[in-house]
Amino acid sequence: MGDPSAETQRTLYPYVTGSSVVALKYKDGILMAADTGGSYGSTLRYKSIERLKPIGKHSLLGASGEISDFQEILRYLDELILYDNMWDDGNSLGPKEVHNYLTRIMYNRRNKFNPLWNSLILGGVKKGQKYLGMVSMIGVNFEDNHVATGLGNHLARPILRDEWHENLTFEEGVQLLEKCMRVLLYRDRSAVNKIQISKITEEGATVFPPFSLKTYWEFSAFKNPTVGAEGSW
Amino acid sequence: MSSIGTGYDLSVTTFSPDGRVFQIEYAAKAVDNSGTVIGIKCKDGIVLGVEKLIASKMMLPGSNRRIHSVHRHSGMAVAGLAADGRQIVARTKSEATNYDSVYGEPIPVKELAERVASYVHLCTLYWWLRFSETDSHYHFKLYFFVFFTSITYCWRFHRPFGCGVILGGYDRDGPQLYMVEPSGVSYRYFGAAIGKGRQAAKTEIEKLKLTDMTCRQGVIEVAKIIYGVHDEAKDKDFELEMSWVCDESNRQHQKVPDGLLEEAKAAAKAALEEMDAD
Repeated sequence: MGDPSAETQRTLYPYVTGSSVVALKYKDGILMAADTGGSYGSTLRYKSIERLKPIGKHSLLGASGEISDFQEILRYLDELILYDNMWDDGNSLGPKEVHNYLTRIMYNRRNKFNPLWNSLILGGVKKGQKYLGMVSMIGVNFEDNHVATGLGNHLARPILRDEWHENLTFEEGVQLLEKCMRVLLYRDRSAVNKIQISKITEEGATVFPPFSLKTYWEFSAFKNPTVGAEGSW
Repeated sequence: MSSIGTGYDLSVTTFSPDGRVFQIEYAAKAVDNSGTVIGIKCKDGIVLGVEKLIASKMMLPGSNRRIHSVHRHSGMAVAGLAADGRQIVARTKSEATNYDSVYGEPIPVKELAERVASYVHLCTLYWWLRFSETDSHYHFKLYFFVFFTSITYCWRFHRPFGCGVILGGYDRDGPQLYMVEPSGVSYRYFGAAIGKGRQAAKTEIEKLKLTDMTCRQGVIEVAKIIYGVHDEAKDKDFELEMSWVCDESNRQHQKVPDGLLEEAKAAAKAALEEMDAD
């Protein structure tokens, strides 16, 4: 504790960060969406970072925040899944277990004042049970029918609260996610117009190739954004 | 063949006058008394098979696994003292994951075999190795300790591992099969057998045309061999445990699928009956 070199090894601030991840439960499983951008401060430096990864047979992990910490988390999970597979006993870790494992890691790191600077979304299906949970960098965790990280909590979740319902079809779910991602694209300065959607069902996980959202900038309010604003002329 | 090494066989760090280390030979005898373990290298992968002698009817079938995965692409079948085998498997898993985290690729089977052999050998000399961290370069550190430990700790209780392992894996250079003996010697094989019925098993393996055989066929052949060498008179019951790593299993080491295992057992029993009928 009194070791001076230990001070420089604690995480103080993130460097390359990913923006929001949004996820929801639908009829067959979980749908998750994130853009593929990595910001270096205010610069949109990396445009093709995949932030949605399948974990084992039953789970999908999406992360926002420090990308290098996300990669480290993937390493931990890789080892976890490897040891799970090596038992070769017909059992496998489900999303609830992986979520719990991540919560422990994040909370314990936070207690050492050396957090992994991520907000993680963990979703999956095992034996017909859908599970969707979130863990923040201080170890706050919960599960819900729809979750989001970062700015998504403020911009996407209100939309989801209004429009989410049980048994969304795949197409409805994707439409809903695209609506959320579009709002984030308009309003989040660290968003990039290259979105990736992934789904996980009982059959397995699929991470779809990235695509771009159609945006419309001809709204009259965008044309003259300062008309009528306080202090403008 | 068994000579009594009176006086020279009490410690693993003593040579006999005719240049043998008896403790290691006795360790090999422990392996020879266990159920037969076979490994074969087919053209598209490796098949491992174990004749698990059942000590009690109360034991649940499928428990007491003798074949362990040590990484995605490789597995190890153990013969001899089961508890010693557990140590070796744990160490091997550790070496494999360590290599993967340092070099970013699955450990080449050759490298893994070398590490296992090195570990087994070093444990025939130094007792305190069991407690050291996974470190592939521990052999260098050893030389500094040798002088101190051999003088102060020569009455520390220590024995070699009483088990041999057959290690099979599939890496960039294709499927490979290695066997590590209690002395720490390791060779690469296309067919290997240890345990009670190894002589008969080796004869059978030599008859097989392994280069033309797929693992699917290999599984059937291994089952036949194990059923064949099992001695009904001496040991009553046994359970057949088999695993493979091949193209069909996506180069992952796993238990042979139940359907194929049943097929293999049926074919083996049929072959036995045919032999008895003659």
